[in-house]
Amino acid sequence: MTPARRNILSGLLWTSPFLIGFAVFLLAPLCMSLYVSFTNYSLLEPPVSVGLDNYEAMAHDPLFWKSVRNTAIYAAACAMFGMTVSVLVAVLLEQRLRGSALVRALVFLPTLIPVVSASIGWMWLYNAQHGLFNAVLGLAGIRGPDWLGDARTAMLSLVLMSAWMVGSYVVICTAALRGVPAALYEAADLDGMGPLARFRNITLPMISPALAFNAVMSIIWGLQVFAVPLIMTRGGPDNATTVLSMYIYSAAFSYGRMGYASALGWFQLLATMVLAAAAWLVLKRFVHERGA
Amino acid sequence: MLSQAPHLRPPSSLPARRSALPRPLLYLLLIAVGIAFALPLVWMASTSIKPESQALSGSVGLLPRLTAAAGQAPLSRTDPDYWRALAAQVRSNYTAVIDSDIADFHLYVRNSLLVALLSVTGMTVSSAIVAYGLARIRWRGSGLVFALVVGTMMIPFTVIMAPQFLLFRSLGWIGSLAPLWVPAWFGGGFSIFLLRQFYMNIPRELDEAARLDGCSHAGVFRHIILPLSLPALAVVALLQFVVSWNDFTGPLVFINHPSQYTVSIGLQMYQTAHGGTPWNLVMVASLLVITPVLLVFALAHRAFVRGAALDGLKE
Repeated sequence: MTPARRNILSGLLWTSPFLIGFAVFLLAPLCMSLYVSFTNYSLLEPPVSVGLDNYEAMAHDPLFWKSVRNTAIYAAACAMFGMTVSVLVAVLLEQRLRGSALVRALVFLPTLIPVVSASIGWMWLYNAQHGLFNAVLGLAGIRGPDWLGDARTAMLSLVLMSAWMVGSYVVICTAALRGVPAALYEAADLDGMGPLARFRNITLPMISPALAFNAVMSIIWGLQVFAVPLIMTRGGPDNATTVLSMYIYSAAFSYGRMGYASALGWFQLLATMVLAAAAWLVLKRFVHERGA
Repeated sequence: MLSQAPHLRPPSSLPARRSALPRPLLYLLLIAVGIAFALPLVWMASTSIKPESQALSGSVGLLPRLTAAAGQAPLSRTDPDYWRALAAQVRSNYTAVIDSDIADFHLYVRNSLLVALLSVTGMTVSSAIVAYGLARIRWRGSGLVFALVVGTMMIPFTVIMAPQFLLFRSLGWIGSLAPLWVPAWFGGGFSIFLLRQFYMNIPRELDEAARLDGCSHAGVFRHIILPLSLPALAVVALLQFVVSWNDFTGPLVFINHPSQYTVSIGLQMYQTAHGGTPWNLVMVASLLVITPVLLVFALAHRAFVRGAALDGLKE
């Protein structure tokens, strides 16, 4: 056996746990889901082939379109809001202030908190009658909204909460900020560049690869959001927070429409891939290319 | 491109620079940010030590007002009796949850710990092996497998949850904890990715010399790579513990009997069973579920930050 061939065998052997797991737990379910998406399958009886019916039904399903719209709004709002908050916090934490280390830990902590606990904690903050937010607003003489219970504010409330979970984006921004060569700042100081111009002309371009990465991750994450709205609003009120993942879950497990759920799932997979790739291509044009 | 170990450079290496804002204002902002990020947890803790009536009173104080007996004036915080009453209140709230009739948190913790232990072990062992195959063996096809590893991180769980449920049902795993930990024994995208990046930075001369001496891949892995990568393995294990402990969607889809509930699903059941009214007790339960993660974070917070930084350096 040639050494090259022996290496291929060793490589396959060493990576076989992943390859087997990939085939069994990911590829097989994906293929099965593709097949089921062309059938009517209620779990109780064998699947019946229906061609493209499920995909056609999607086009005429107002709740599907509403969930797509909600998901898009949520993902876009979280990405924009999250990026802004994380850059500002990261820059603030790099100002060499006493206590920064503690605040850095506090900012990162929410990303580790179990999603059920975090969601319940925020439901309590948002509670219309007894919640802290409305109690504070009440002290100022303002009657607070029914945050999660009002179709006009429910989505906004979820987006606000998402900004509390930007810890990993802050860490990535921080690493990028610390990677900016100090010589660039020294040159800018010699040129008499002010702090804001320095931020715009040096910091932002230099950390733009990290920002683009964060934005793409944030969009992917936002498009897949599931647990937070499921726990906090159950999609309500009036489906104002029904996102695509939740709609898929209820189609599959509440209504037993596996075929339709699979078609929705494939739509979500393709949409995620296309949007992530598109976001990456668009953002890449704004990313400063680092010289060697 | 990741070419160096992702240690954050200490901030002291930055030159002091003029800021757009005066220092006192920066400190105010720093305090505001700290309060904003800590607030949900602090408020949960505060609610968890209040009597129910106080939790629902709309008062914004962190500590409850307590009376020695019903109808009396509230105790002063300088009075030792206040702190005795507070301790009794805390004990009564926490035991009410721990020994609750509607939720068996002892069982949920046992289930979660079992799942976490099995999935941490499996994830660490398999990811270390797979990462070796990707980082230390030169073979045609390793690039493709690595692309697959990264690609798996992008697949939404909702796409595969229904067919995975059918798969696990046909394997007879529904009704057991197996769906929550068996897949971890085949490695995970992020863990493999993280370890591969770490292995890439170990000088190749080390294993090439060993290979020339007739050492097998298994020998190189055991005697050279594993001892050098203990910190990275610890990061993988810690992250997997948190992922497993926090997992909500997995148990939601694959667990259908209360005897297999994990803490996340048990907590959600506890909250909905109450309809949310005794908020003080619901906060106790939420905090109890957070506690192990907080402990792990307190012990190893550097490791987590390094893991998150690595996540960002992959472009």
